[in-house]
Amino acid sequence: MSSVPEKLAVLADAAKYDVSCSSSGAPKRDSRDRKGIGSTTGMGICHSYTPDGRCVSLLKILLTNFCVYDCAYCINRRSSNVQRARFTVEEVVDLTLQFYKRNYIEGLFLSSGIIQSADYTMEELVRVARSLREVHGFRGYIHLKTIPEASPELIADAGRYADRLSINIELPTEAGLKRFAPEKRTGSIRGTMAGLRLRIEEAREEKAATPKAPRFAPAGQSTQMIVGADETNDASILDTSSTLYASYALKRVYYSAFSPIPDASSALPPKAPPLQRENRLYQADWLMRYYGFSAGEIIEGADGGMLDLAIDPKLAWALRNRERFPVDINKADREVLLRVPGLGTRTVDRIIASRRDRTLRFDDLARLKASMRKARPFIVTPDYRPTMLLDRSALRDLFAPPPEQLGLFA
Amino acid sequence: MAEGAALYDVALERPDDLDGFRKAARGLIALEVPPRQVLWHASGEGSLFGASLLPEGGPFPVPAAFVPLAADVVCHRDGERFALLYEALWRIRHGEKRLLHVVADPLVHRLAMLRKAVGRDVHKMHAFVRFRRLETEAGERFAAWFEPEHHILRRVASFFTGRFSTMNWSILTPEGAMHWNGAELSFGPGVRKEDAPEGDDFEDWWRTYYRATFNPARSNPDMMRQEMPKKYWRNLPEAELIPSLLAEAGNRTAGMLERAPEAPRKRIAPYVPAAPAILPAGSLAEIRQDASSCVRCPLFGPATQTVFGEGPLDAPVVFVGEQPGDQEDLAGRPFVGPAGQLFDRALQEAGLDRRQAYVTNAVKHFKFEPRGKRRIHKKPEGREIEACRWWLDRELATLKPSLVVALGATAARSLTGRTVSVLRERGRITEMRPGLPGLLTVHPSFLLRLPDPAARETEYRRFVEDLRHIGEIAPVMRLAA
Repeated sequence: MSSVPEKLAVLADAAKYDVSCSSSGAPKRDSRDRKGIGSTTGMGICHSYTPDGRCVSLLKILLTNFCVYDCAYCINRRSSNVQRARFTVEEVVDLTLQFYKRNYIEGLFLSSGIIQSADYTMEELVRVARSLREVHGFRGYIHLKTIPEASPELIADAGRYADRLSINIELPTEAGLKRFAPEKRTGSIRGTMAGLRLRIEEAREEKAATPKAPRFAPAGQSTQMIVGADETNDASILDTSSTLYASYALKRVYYSAFSPIPDASSALPPKAPPLQRENRLYQADWLMRYYGFSAGEIIEGADGGMLDLAIDPKLAWALRNRERFPVDINKADREVLLRVPGLGTRTVDRIIASRRDRTLRFDDLARLKASMRKARPFIVTPDYRPTMLLDRSALRDLFAPPPEQLGLFA
Repeated sequence: MAEGAALYDVALERPDDLDGFRKAARGLIALEVPPRQVLWHASGEGSLFGASLLPEGGPFPVPAAFVPLAADVVCHRDGERFALLYEALWRIRHGEKRLLHVVADPLVHRLAMLRKAVGRDVHKMHAFVRFRRLETEAGERFAAWFEPEHHILRRVASFFTGRFSTMNWSILTPEGAMHWNGAELSFGPGVRKEDAPEGDDFEDWWRTYYRATFNPARSNPDMMRQEMPKKYWRNLPEAELIPSLLAEAGNRTAGMLERAPEAPRKRIAPYVPAAPAILPAGSLAEIRQDASSCVRCPLFGPATQTVFGEGPLDAPVVFVGEQPGDQEDLAGRPFVGPAGQLFDRALQEAGLDRRQAYVTNAVKHFKFEPRGKRRIHKKPEGREIEACRWWLDRELATLKPSLVVALGATAARSLTGRTVSVLRERGRITEMRPGLPGLLTVHPSFLLRLPDPAARETEYRRFVEDLRHIGEIAPVMRLAA
């Protein structure tokens, strides 16, 4: 195979199971000095959306999908019959710049199958980033996948050129990793994440002291976990996530519902988990990071350690903790308001800002972007009180979608 | 009007004329003209009967938040935008200084909605403009055709000049065009779609990428339409693929599920991990290697790694702490965090050479409770101390020190096998194990936890005094004077 478009088709297909496409968190840069090309805005931009509803922000490709590992869940495992291809460093650099100049992308997310050795592979990734930054003055976003066993010097180089680095934890438990990715080691994955956290923090401190100090992955690190490839329940997934967030200062844990791949391994379950499960995990993740919930609180009392698929986890928590409601919108503390279903962080901030000037009434809340359908049973305003609503045993049914009707021949 | 009051007709030069609005508003405020007596027009929007002549009004203070709000709102297509802004100004000037903070006020809410719509349009224009490359006699040029919903062409200029400063480009819209020649920005009249350039070879490559990065097993067209509404599709080269990608998705997924796993047709040589180094049997290096995969208690699960002891093999003194902390867990080395740094300082003050010391912990994995972005230290339990004693025993048996120092109760318990009261028994040399003299003192993290600075200083002095005993038993530990 020789043509670049043919390789692009293979190596983009091979990279799409890494769900992260975020271009956020980089320091603001631009090219007004006319010595380069590109800029970063801080929050990131989605330049397109594919029909799976996912954002296309970065050119997300593998350098090669040849791989010496045999991870059962991966389309590129060495025993798969998938078509193989390999880009040269120059091809990736050129493709990135050409796409960037046409405003298709915010930058590059480059990963790779492991070829020859961890160091060899990592060095190729670093060469792409170095060429973009140093030869072409590229100031767009770069996300590099970090190979856990690569040498510290190469990882230091990667952090100098990349905005974000990531290492995938792959499976929520060590036992799962042993079963599906026999060549990978939880220990070296965690150890590399720990090393990245130390370097990121060190670089940040140096930067604060001397502004010219070199950067190291200023947009931080992230990871990805595959959901539904083994029997691990949501309780232990969230437990792993909260440990990862607390330990390695991760920007994000991405959850990727295991999805059928061409030429799947026989070790995998034949059926994919419902995509709604992934969605509920993201909601729970948000509750841990922005709403002050612990993993234990979110999952406590949930059936079989699994999040309720029919209603969101905050609502599920509120229904299990009805004695804490209703909450007075005009008096409650921020932490209490954050736990009211239907109120997001920005709505809570708006409530707090607005109520300094006037008492909030029921109709005001809709203008503050509260989801009134969800919030109604849980709040009190001077002109509204949820009579009896909280006491209804069937409160959950008000929110859960009706069960799907069976077809005639089901 | 009904009262027959004078009516002011204000004409602005451009649909997004913030300066014109500002000037007019100053004049109107100076004349104390209430909002209902003003009619606002921008060129191209409604008929003009000729603008009323307004006096030059002086500047007056407005809340800092008003200016950026107005800069956004004037870009909106809503014909009432200037009237709404003037009404807000009027109310702010007439007793409602904090009006903009009252998010629930209907006027403030309406302005916020206009602003949000403009912000969204700006964001989508940043995202969905697609440049096409043109070869011209003067070299490479790029041009894009776009149809913004609001009057945002000037609003997005700085994004494109900041990003594509070294390219020559034009963005063409029905209402106006914007050109950058690598140095200067200029604006021209609107352009018809038929007159915008067509085609670019890379659009095929882009469609190739778009098709390949789509996962048919996860079709979710509603989600896509929410973020990329259909009205944008006609100017996105990739959008023409959407119907066929969706139509094929079901079959492609079913195909993947039905196909039985195949045996590999081609062999890629498997990964051969580097063989672990063969270490001398019974050496400390071998014990360390064995400990790195320890699963003798559940603490290995959430921790990053085993933090084994460190120091010279002929160390006369072994210091035993409680367990690694956050920093030690990350670095994989004992006594490198805040408590370790305090320990180093105290040793030096006690006249002892840190390089001669072997430092380790009673428990070799960090026990913690995750809380948000931090890990809260948790005291190890008896059975965890028991399980880990296996490793401490081996360290001591190999090193054969002349003195062991227990820093805190956990270390003392591990060494003696009983519960020890640190504050009662500290500072004395006792036989901690048969034939092995030991010294008990506090753990340096105890000092860090004391809230009162005076108490901390007193306790630090006592800690240093305790450490001084070490020099008596092991003179080699003393720093050269």
